[in-house]
Amino acid sequence: MNIIDRRLNPQGKSLANRQRFLRRAKEQVVKAVRDASGKRGIQDIENGEKVTISTGGVREPSFHRSGAGGVRDYVVPGNKEYVEGDTIARPESGGGRGGNEGSPDGEGDDDFRFVLSREEFLDIFLEDLELPDLVKQKVKQTESHSLTRAGYSVTGSPANLNLVRTMRNSLSRRIALKRPKPADMLELEALLREAEDRGEDPEKLREMRDQLERHYLRSKRIPFIDPIDVRYNRFETVPKPIAQAVMFCLMDVSGSMTEHMKDLAKRFFMLLFLFLKRRYRSVDIVFIRHTHEAKEVDEETFFYSTETGGTVVSTALEEMQRIVKERYPENEWNIYAAQASDGDNMSSDNARSAGLLRDGILPLCQYFAYIEVAAEHNMGLSALGRETELWRTYKTVQGPDLPIAMRRVRSRREIFPVFRDLFAREKAGA
Amino acid sequence: MSAVIDKTDSLLYDGADWDYDQIKRVYDAIENIALKDMGLNVYPNQIEVITAEQMLDAYSSIGMPLMYKHWSFGKHFARDEMLYRKGYRGLAYEIVINSSPCISYIMEENTMTMQTLVIAHAAFGHNHFFKNNQLFQQWTDAEGILDYLEFAKSYIGQCEDRYGHHAVERVLDAAHALMNQGVHKYPKKRSLDLRLEQKRERERQEYQEQTFNDLWRTVPKAAVGGNRPSKSVSERKKLLGLPEENLLYFLEKKAPRLEHWQREILRIVRHMAQYFYPQKQTKLMNEGCATYTHYTILNEMHRRGMISEGAMLEFLHSHTSVVFQPEFDDQRFSGINPYALGFAMMQDIQRIAETPTDEDRYWFPDLAGRGDGMGALRDAWANFRDESFVLQYLSPHLMRKFKMFSVRDDAEDPYLLVENIHNERGYRGIRKLLARQYDLGFLEPDIQIVDVDLAGDRKLILHHRVTNGVLLDESDAKAVLRHIANLWGYEVQLVEVSALSDAILKEHAVTAPSGIGG
Repeated sequence: MNIIDRRLNPQGKSLANRQRFLRRAKEQVVKAVRDASGKRGIQDIENGEKVTISTGGVREPSFHRSGAGGVRDYVVPGNKEYVEGDTIARPESGGGRGGNEGSPDGEGDDDFRFVLSREEFLDIFLEDLELPDLVKQKVKQTESHSLTRAGYSVTGSPANLNLVRTMRNSLSRRIALKRPKPADMLELEALLREAEDRGEDPEKLREMRDQLERHYLRSKRIPFIDPIDVRYNRFETVPKPIAQAVMFCLMDVSGSMTEHMKDLAKRFFMLLFLFLKRRYRSVDIVFIRHTHEAKEVDEETFFYSTETGGTVVSTALEEMQRIVKERYPENEWNIYAAQASDGDNMSSDNARSAGLLRDGILPLCQYFAYIEVAAEHNMGLSALGRETELWRTYKTVQGPDLPIAMRRVRSRREIFPVFRDLFAREKAGA
Repeated sequence: MSAVIDKTDSLLYDGADWDYDQIKRVYDAIENIALKDMGLNVYPNQIEVITAEQMLDAYSSIGMPLMYKHWSFGKHFARDEMLYRKGYRGLAYEIVINSSPCISYIMEENTMTMQTLVIAHAAFGHNHFFKNNQLFQQWTDAEGILDYLEFAKSYIGQCEDRYGHHAVERVLDAAHALMNQGVHKYPKKRSLDLRLEQKRERERQEYQEQTFNDLWRTVPKAAVGGNRPSKSVSERKKLLGLPEENLLYFLEKKAPRLEHWQREILRIVRHMAQYFYPQKQTKLMNEGCATYTHYTILNEMHRRGMISEGAMLEFLHSHTSVVFQPEFDDQRFSGINPYALGFAMMQDIQRIAETPTDEDRYWFPDLAGRGDGMGALRDAWANFRDESFVLQYLSPHLMRKFKMFSVRDDAEDPYLLVENIHNERGYRGIRKLLARQYDLGFLEPDIQIVDVDLAGDRKLILHHRVTNGVLLDESDAKAVLRHIANLWGYEVQLVEVSALSDAILKEHAVTAPSGIGG
């Protein structure tokens, strides 16, 4: 006889199969996710309710008999009351008894479904989106580990005790070994006392006492919970790469920004946040709002408090620069910035903003996205191609090698497409 | 009988933890009981310790240590993993492979008692069955299977490199869909030698390369069906070896537009199907044999004081949950548990052989009271498959014990009819019907290739002989036909014909594909 320890063999032997499966199922999965995301708001995506998909393309068909029609015979165990010639009402779904014998093979599983969790949903939703390639140079690839659930084990730390499993084992063992129940013993005791009071036959009394004694002994010998009952949740360590990112949200909150515009901006920021969250373990967010002066604020203030004043974009850029210098050294952090504005700026500030952006901000950033939000009714004008101050300014900065992108958004419907468009993976390979 | 001895001295192990030393000791003890007391005859054993994840891996590749790559294995892995991680389902304690040496996988998480159980169950029970049952002897080549898998894996890998994933996947998908129709059900003249297969494949290819001559391409082709006088139908069928029920075999040999490597892939899948065919036919017996073996061995070990009371209890706990048979109206019911019925039948055979009742004498005149229960079992294990085993050995005693009854479900009637129950009038009926539940020849639809219109449009015609009026599942049948058409290259038609009246009940057809051969 040979004993071979295979535990150290390379893991993930089925990885290649898994990849083939995903490649195969992908079309359906992606389609289902897209369909679902079209119907949902961003809030829902964040809540991440589950999507169930049926994947017809990964069906493994075979010749087998259909489940309906014809004459079938089943032999099943557990007859209680039937005699020959009895009739039984047909079970509703036809699944019922003997169903398994009915289908000659166990492979009729063409409604193979798997449920996407929020995580997986986002993964796929954001799947063919990619951060621009240059990012990867700076990603800090330190390995860390995290734990994931993986079945049960017989050893573990008390904190991981699985109570349900343990009690289930304990219960079945107690039943199997006929451990007397406390209630039964109490009852016996009461009976005994009653009998004693009544002055029952001493022979009978002794018998009862003996029995009680036996019960006591038995319940002492058979522990309520035995070490063999105990089950622990098992965890496995899974390596995770660490990379940290910071996201700067810049927004113009001057009077010209309407609620509608802010809402659009918020949606965009949220998507970006979710997206970065997929790529980086920890994402810091810095909110900077500006009128004619810029301030770092918390989320609540950022989105909901109003402010009045003029519009000087460069102040926000300066503030960002300052914060980066103070807290987020660029060699350790992946820096992303998204700016939302209605496009207004003081004319005198345009040159300064462009200069700051080109020389100060862009070299720091992995990516700088400028979203110009517009009122919905504005469509006519924009369609004519009228460009705002800021748009024209930033356009001068735009260059093929610079990580800046600019888009206009007018309605909620456009958020997804614009976002996808911004981060769509380059189709070079395809 | 033996004097009271200090039991802890002879205990082979104590507690739940295991190590290699203990496994060796336990193995030797089991081997001693299995070979000497039970008279089992096994392939050399190889026991491999694996982790839970590796067990999942093995699951997904139909339990084989090596397997070519295909998405369906990934699909099964995804499902098994999800079920396992969420705790819906445990993993099997072991997987055993019909090979020589016989490989049994045991999981590192098992307790020592479980390892003992697994070794007795797999390394001796299943192993003995693999080596001695006539179906396995006839159809599988335990010596060569691992080498052949190695070859299959690398061959398909090479094909993927050479012709692309997609092309290979297309052939494999089609072949997998036909796996159930890819076995020879009747013995051939010579036994299967999988090692030779590799050599023959290499030779075929070399021969082709040597004799390749581009000149042949330039020879003008004879007009289709031109100068050959059209033969009679029966002559044509004879030439093509029709009717043929092994669809994979027919396509491999006769499909006009397949490339050499595509035929080879069909051949590989066909060999796989053939290799597993005996296992499908002997599930009940195989598990019954293994369960009976572990039960006997563990009890004997306990009797000899080799394992502690605690270990025995743990063993009994797992054993009883394995042989649990829910009744038909129980929500856990999902058919007859092969472990339960198999184990019960093995015990019953032993009982009949050793302490028969009058009823047994009447029903089993040859077996009852012959004395040597173990010998009777070994005979049964060697010479039967599930269907014939049930037909031969299912006793009235067991039918009563399981309270078996048979139900007829006729779609024409508004209700189900109880036909037989476990009484004098019903025993034979139940036994016959139960045996048929295990008869693959009856369970799987009878599908044959009956004709090819070679002179015309090369349409392939298949017949399904319908028994009891149960037709094929339509959408799946269509999908499989599509696969067949992909391989065959021309139109394919499937006709469902009543086995009783030869009346045509239904027709399916798919048109010629855009071409697989390229």
